[in-house]
Amino acid sequence: MIFLDYETLRLLWWAILGILLIGFVILDGFDLGMAIFLPFLGRTDEERRIMINSVGPVWEGNQVWLILGAGASFAAWPFVYAVSFSGLYPAMFMALFGLVLRPVGFKFRSKMPNPSWRRFWDTIIFLGGFVPSLIFGVAFGNLFLGFPFYFDETLRVYYTGSFFELLTPFALICGILSILMMLLQASTYGALKTRMVLQNRFQTSGQWIVISLIILFTGAGVYLYHKIPGYLLSEPWASEAPSNPLHKNVLRAEEGWFLNYTKVPWTLSFPIGTYLFLFMTFFLLRLKQFGFAFFMSSLSITGILSTAGASLFPFLLVSSIHPSQSLTVWDASSSKMTLFIMLIATLFFLPLIIAYTAWVYRILKGPVTQKTLEDEHTNAY
Amino acid sequence: MVDTSSVDLSRLQFAITALYHFLFVPLTLGLSILIAIMESVYVMTKKSIWKDMTKFWGILFGINFAMGVATGVPLEFQFGTNWAYYAHYVGDIFGSLLAIEGLMAFFLEATFIGLFFFGWNRLTKIQHLCVTWLMALGTNFSALWILIANAWMQNPTGAEFNPDTMRMELSSFYEVFFNPVAQSKFVHTVSAGYVIGAMFVLSISAFYLLKGRHSEFAKRSMVVAASFGLASALSVVVLGDESGYTLTEHQKMKLAVIEGIWETSPAPAPLTLIGWPDQGEQKTYYELKIPWILGLIATRSFDQPVYGIKDLVYHAKTHIQDGIKAYEDLQAFKKDPSSLNRAKVQETSKYLGYGLLLKRYIEDVSQATEEMIDKAAWNTVPRVFPMFWAFHVMVALGIYFIFLFLYAFYLASRDQLHQNKWFLRISLYSLPLPWIAAELGWFVAEYGRQPWTIEGVLPTFLSASGTNSGSVLTTLIIFILFYTSLAVIDLKLLIKYIRLGPVQALSSGKEEEVAS
Repeated sequence: MIFLDYETLRLLWWAILGILLIGFVILDGFDLGMAIFLPFLGRTDEERRIMINSVGPVWEGNQVWLILGAGASFAAWPFVYAVSFSGLYPAMFMALFGLVLRPVGFKFRSKMPNPSWRRFWDTIIFLGGFVPSLIFGVAFGNLFLGFPFYFDETLRVYYTGSFFELLTPFALICGILSILMMLLQASTYGALKTRMVLQNRFQTSGQWIVISLIILFTGAGVYLYHKIPGYLLSEPWASEAPSNPLHKNVLRAEEGWFLNYTKVPWTLSFPIGTYLFLFMTFFLLRLKQFGFAFFMSSLSITGILSTAGASLFPFLLVSSIHPSQSLTVWDASSSKMTLFIMLIATLFFLPLIIAYTAWVYRILKGPVTQKTLEDEHTNAY
Repeated sequence: MVDTSSVDLSRLQFAITALYHFLFVPLTLGLSILIAIMESVYVMTKKSIWKDMTKFWGILFGINFAMGVATGVPLEFQFGTNWAYYAHYVGDIFGSLLAIEGLMAFFLEATFIGLFFFGWNRLTKIQHLCVTWLMALGTNFSALWILIANAWMQNPTGAEFNPDTMRMELSSFYEVFFNPVAQSKFVHTVSAGYVIGAMFVLSISAFYLLKGRHSEFAKRSMVVAASFGLASALSVVVLGDESGYTLTEHQKMKLAVIEGIWETSPAPAPLTLIGWPDQGEQKTYYELKIPWILGLIATRSFDQPVYGIKDLVYHAKTHIQDGIKAYEDLQAFKKDPSSLNRAKVQETSKYLGYGLLLKRYIEDVSQATEEMIDKAAWNTVPRVFPMFWAFHVMVALGIYFIFLFLYAFYLASRDQLHQNKWFLRISLYSLPLPWIAAELGWFVAEYGRQPWTIEGVLPTFLSASGTNSGSVLTTLIIFILFYTSLAVIDLKLLIKYIRLGPVQALSSGKEEEVAS
């Protein structure tokens, strides 16, 4: 019945996890980015309401990409889910409280006209965007550095690090990179969905963010190349074996995070593509082609995350204290049957989800302005 | 060994966040269907009052939906943050059910809720109606998958222990999906949600009628609520999930505990209407019993017994002895992973979970003494007193709802809803009752599952992460503060909109904005 081999299933699930992450940053990215921009680009209450309402009808759907990302890692990569969520306990909860605050803030802010009530929620919404974005970036950066964890023989995980140990310079660079990615999405989306003065602000900020992203993306790469030794899965490894992370050997390797690019040269198209898409985003913003700019910024996001994914492969979570107990694509997945059934479910539902999401965006097409707020006065945030 | 205070705190945190989440979810389950019914009537009759009803109840739905989504995410996270060994041990099955829930349900409800609110002027009537029904469908699908996942914790079918990966792995998705416990749970829980939705509409409409406001609006809403509520209340009680309580050892234990049955009685067993269970004395005092009823409800037969607690503890003892054997076989396999040893593990691993119960007292399970086995067996009995009372109060409330909705239905059919002041008052003050019943139901199902997270497979104290108790205490305190303030704000907003009433809530938004 299961007509795909274990190795292929694992590879596909690694790709699906990547697609969900990319989907999250592209779609929920502009919600998070809009929340961060709120106190800065919105000068009056009306402008802020326009900003919130530009994402108003869609943020709930967008957030599901994150929920599904976590759910998919639970289902397909239970080791990764167990180690990362329990090991990063304080960080996860900070992100979590942020994620709970943001939708609540969207919903509650508009329900009372009192200005201090609204200012209070503006701060909350800002934090609800800023904190999770920063933490996701910091956590992602630590994927390159490794986490201090090990397993006992019953495969119970022990994590010996603390929250503050996560805040290394490289991880913080990744944190800022993550915030910039969310802001990039918010800029192109905002420029598309608003008019007049707000649109101009999104256009300008978007260009600055592209420039900062190019600098930081390059900087992170250079830093990684020179300062951070990578890891290498030593041959031979068993890509068809039952998932148990205790039966392999992992070595440290200088420039280890760049070896995949020499082994599989076509993966170089990811970083090259990223630069290309970022430049295109910049010029399309200049030319006021905001629809295309949003498309290009989404491709830039795809490029950045694919670049990171290609260099980390086949590692999912590196153990810095017991590298041989690191989690890789070959030894941290669910059973073959679960991967297969979940693949069928995903192949059925994901295209459906994309189709109806696209339909909803098409129905909601058009700018959000003061007039929209008046027309939708019962529903508008 | 596991830090037990961290386990207890994690349990408390999960209980608090789940019970809190469960304040909003059943309401959205019921309200989404009620709204869809109202909009259907609007599309069929083209009377604008039905559109106003859809929109007004929709506003109240929206506030709760946001809270439901927001408070659901922490639950998903906690399986990883606080229950990492659980996540590892059963992620293969449990995780995939959660992921399917996301694919099939979360996207549907969350994508279409935006269009429900903002699509009125952009969609045709039929299109908008479809959107509303899809949203309601998504909400109900979500309940389906999470209850299949929960039922698997109560009756873990379709999975086997794999000694290579030290976890449970899926062996039959069909069995997991068609788990009989899941079916009874789904019907029961969803009906409970419908009762909550119906009571919400009934009570608030009664409030308007008592005040003499919006009487056309309120009467129509009440008619819908009364008929929908009556059907749901009947379904909750008649199709209560007791039928699932005879399937497994621990489900039987739960049944014995909620009925306070210590000794197995001859079939068909009597139903304990009321009593005073005493765990120390292993007796239930002042029992009032109705002959035959429990045997008929629970076993659906005349000749099958309902086991008492003492007999079930004796069963547990033999399972624990089998569990020690399974544990020894697993240790042998670890030393020498030969195919012979593997076959032995496969044969005995069914009771491995019972062996793991002993880990509470001794690291090497094979060295356990008779006394430890005895203790572990008695530990499979949940606390009887709170279980007994939670269950009995829930059932009493369930029966009360049937009469309340029946009477509402009777009045509605004679068009006398607005005349009967005392009935309106009772309806208004009954508002919190279905929530109490639902939370008690959650308590019976989940507290009654102790000492297991996965019945017969994984004990609760082994499921937790190695997180230190200080961190868990910190997040627990933050949750309590945070959730309390959210609840206050949420209630304040709901009351504000209810006070405003449909006319003002739907039209005066503009003036209010200008005034601000």
